[in-house]
Amino acid sequence: MVVKVFGPVAAACPQRVLACLLEMGVDFEVVHIDLESREHKRPDFLPRQPFGQVPTIEDGDFRLYESRAIIRYYATNLEDKAVVDQWLEVEAHNFNDLVYTMVLQLLVLPRMGDRTDFGLVQSCAIKLEKVLDVYEQRLSKSTYLAGDAFTLADLSHLPAMRYLTTEAGYMHLVSERKNVNSWWVNISARPAWKKVMHLMA
Amino acid sequence: MTIKVHGSPVSTASMRVFACLHEKGVPFELVPVNLAVGEHKSEAFLSLNPFGQVPALQDGDLTLFESRAITNYIAHAYADSGNPLFYKDPKKMAICSVWMEVEAHQFDPAASKLTWELCLKPLFGMTTDDDVVAEFEAKLGKVLDIYETRLSKSKYLGGDCFSLADLHHLPNMKYLMPTKAAQLFNSRPHVSGWAADIMARPAWLKASGQ
Repeated sequence: MVVKVFGPVAAACPQRVLACLLEMGVDFEVVHIDLESREHKRPDFLPRQPFGQVPTIEDGDFRLYESRAIIRYYATNLEDKAVVDQWLEVEAHNFNDLVYTMVLQLLVLPRMGDRTDFGLVQSCAIKLEKVLDVYEQRLSKSTYLAGDAFTLADLSHLPAMRYLTTEAGYMHLVSERKNVNSWWVNISARPAWKKVMHLMA
Repeated sequence: MTIKVHGSPVSTASMRVFACLHEKGVPFELVPVNLAVGEHKSEAFLSLNPFGQVPALQDGDLTLFESRAITNYIAHAYADSGNPLFYKDPKKMAICSVWMEVEAHQFDPAASKLTWELCLKPLFGMTTDDDVVAEFEAKLGKVLDIYETRLSKSKYLGGDCFSLADLHHLPNMKYLMPTKAAQLFNSRPHVSGWAADIMARPAWLKASGQ
């Protein structure tokens, strides 16, 4: 039975799940949810995800939400789980909030007719540079964040990194850091991620 | 070799780790990090957590940071000791994991903002911003509405048994219950019952120095 993933293919959190399912070879079907018409806030969606967010999955009669809970469920080959968890937490708490704010301000709000707060974008970018300095140091010691193998910790960064370095126009934060740049080039070239990009096209 | 926790008794993230260690009955040594003088930004501490945040844990040659990665590690590495904090069945664990994410992404942002405004700013001689308090009380209220529904169907957030999904909430709740924000919890019967239950756990009373 095919796993149903509810959400738009273009959104970062569903992409985190799709990348994982593709890496694990789990068959899935995307059920598009239209964020612009606020489909995710409607009474018929809320039973699936009471916080009104995407993605949510349905695997037979088993339902889950929160993208990082979903990827942990499907990625069962978790060696060195503690270190993977540590860098997943770093992604969630130190990295994601900053990139999310920048992408929201630069890309989403203008589409909704709201004004970008450039001061906020700039202050997030400054904080993000400090976070990426830590990544630079970490990646000088290991090829991937949790060690010498690609793990969920790296995968979890893919969607937001892509938005940051392409549409949001902040590639320079990555290209100016040798190890972060190599890491990004490496993980974004993975076949599973390319397939997610293909779904988005 | 005893586990070392580098942290501070006032830090919610540090308290999260103490709670877990006490639930598992795992002895540890607290190495105090003086936040007031910026010790968490010192070279020595940065070598434990390059992000300069407490807590950090050392267990033999394993060094970890990020409180929720630490609690997960302890819960699994010491699974046979003390109280169980996760589910073995993969689907039950996945549901528990959902609510651990909910604590981290929905509850904590609002609750920790209120903890900062109502409890920590006064400690540091700063003034509470009432507009921010009102804004985040409203946000936390919406999250607790969803908790109320969940807890009307499930004894604990993650399932039938107490787990990390519940434990992770304790430090912020400890700060907020003596403040006016307590009414957000007390006005919702299932949330109120759950909160009273988990805050009365002997391990939590020990961990929070009560």
